[in-house]
Amino acid sequence: MKVDLSRIAELVVGDTQADRVVPPTGFTANLTLFSAAAMAFLVVFALALSMATGRLADRWGSELARSSTIRISAPDGQLTAQTEAALRVLETTGGVASARALDTEEQMALLEPWFGPDLPLDTLPIPQLIEVIEEQDGFDADGLRLRLTAEVPGAVLDDHTRWRRPLVRAASRLRSLGLISIVLIGAATAAMITLAANAALAANTQVISVLRLVGARDAYIARAFVRRFTLRALTGAAIGTALGGLAVFFLPSAQPEGGFLTGLGFHGWQWLWLLIIPPLAAIVAFAATRTAAGKTLRDLT
Amino acid sequence: MGAAVIELENVAYSYGGGELLSDISLKLQAGSFHFLTGPSGAGKTTLLKLCYGALVPTAGNVRLFGKDVREMERDDVAVARRRIGVVHQDCQFLDHLNVSDNIALPLMVSGRDLLGEAANLNELMNWVGLKSRASAAPPELSGGERQRAALARAVIMSPDAVLADEPTGNIDWEMSQRLLRLLVELNRMGKTIMIATHDLALIRAAKTHVQARVLRISNRRLQLAGADL
Repeated sequence: MKVDLSRIAELVVGDTQADRVVPPTGFTANLTLFSAAAMAFLVVFALALSMATGRLADRWGSELARSSTIRISAPDGQLTAQTEAALRVLETTGGVASARALDTEEQMALLEPWFGPDLPLDTLPIPQLIEVIEEQDGFDADGLRLRLTAEVPGAVLDDHTRWRRPLVRAASRLRSLGLISIVLIGAATAAMITLAANAALAANTQVISVLRLVGARDAYIARAFVRRFTLRALTGAAIGTALGGLAVFFLPSAQPEGGFLTGLGFHGWQWLWLLIIPPLAAIVAFAATRTAAGKTLRDLT
Repeated sequence: MGAAVIELENVAYSYGGGELLSDISLKLQAGSFHFLTGPSGAGKTTLLKLCYGALVPTAGNVRLFGKDVREMERDDVAVARRRIGVVHQDCQFLDHLNVSDNIALPLMVSGRDLLGEAANLNELMNWVGLKSRASAAPPELSGGERQRAALARAVIMSPDAVLADEPTGNIDWEMSQRLLRLLVELNRMGKTIMIATHDLALIRAAKTHVQARVLRISNRRLQLAGADL
């Protein structure tokens, strides 16, 4: 599609003479401004949700997909021997990049959120955990399970698939919901601006009739309305985006114990996404008003 | 006489199932002066609207400057209207603009630079006697002033034709004579004039200044009515 820069410049700079021929309409002006601001505010949050769930899905999808855990449950006297045996099996398993047994402090840290900081781990029958990091192509999980069953009877391989998949799916769906929300907000903005433009056009049929009487082209009449609504939507969306951006910025920062909700927001370059909201709102308003004006002018004889 | 500025050929116009005008043929030659008369509701305004392309005939052809209205794009009709000044009985002003801006409206919509046209605008305001009322709002004008402002707006683009619909309907005799003199003066400049009116006294007064054809709409048809006036 060819973009006519001169027409965009004309839309932004405007024609002061053409702007004057349409009377100012305070109510629809404020309505459009408010709607655009409110919608942009909501888009910022939908975008933040989408970004946060995207990050979550990526992390769960990539980082956790590369790691597995082997849990060894054995009587006290055999735990160390079985752990060593499992590590030996892993050393000779293709696709395993590294494997290490978690030390007591690491295991305590894992249990601390549920049992508190002063857990006497040495007095409890806690299984030993081995963290397995996979190579790019991964390992044969079924083959490893068979070997472990034969050589380390107390070992259970958990490749995280069982709980990782539904989490990734949930995060992906949340991201999709965020994107769908943005599309719906855009459509609602278009509908509201169309209604406001139709109201303004209907209130100005006498003006349109006079303009036609003196030889105004439909494009000239439409442009006067389109420019007005486009600029209002741009201004409103800029205000809404700024407020939404500030609200997201001042949300509590991401803490491990806060989980997903405190991670809602933008990281680094993701803040740049906010810059496209006002121009997008202006494009939506431009298209909606242009369509409404074209239809109204065609219908008016 | 020059070429036809506006030409109607076997034109009929129907609205709401009823035929308002039937088999109308008319040529407005360049520099001609016409009166269009007939009782109220006879279709004078409809005929004028057909003459400037605001309505499309249901039968027959309307040609503006040689081009058939049906074959013209909407934008072409808009551009043709800049060559036809129209004065309505109710004037049709934009009340949020002052008198000067209303008169300059055709310049604005055609993209002309108002600063460059300031001298012409000033001269025109002077010609219609509204120089002192330039910054007034249209509702502040008297009936006669409104008609003169509407005439000034109709001629600011120096059109080939001026069509006036009952221009003296809301003003007194003295003011209607003043308006008539302005229209006669325009005709002497070579403009085609057509005035729709039921004011026979105005037509008689005009005929002492200008050679005018008087047409009457009767029973949906157009007749030459000069002999009985």
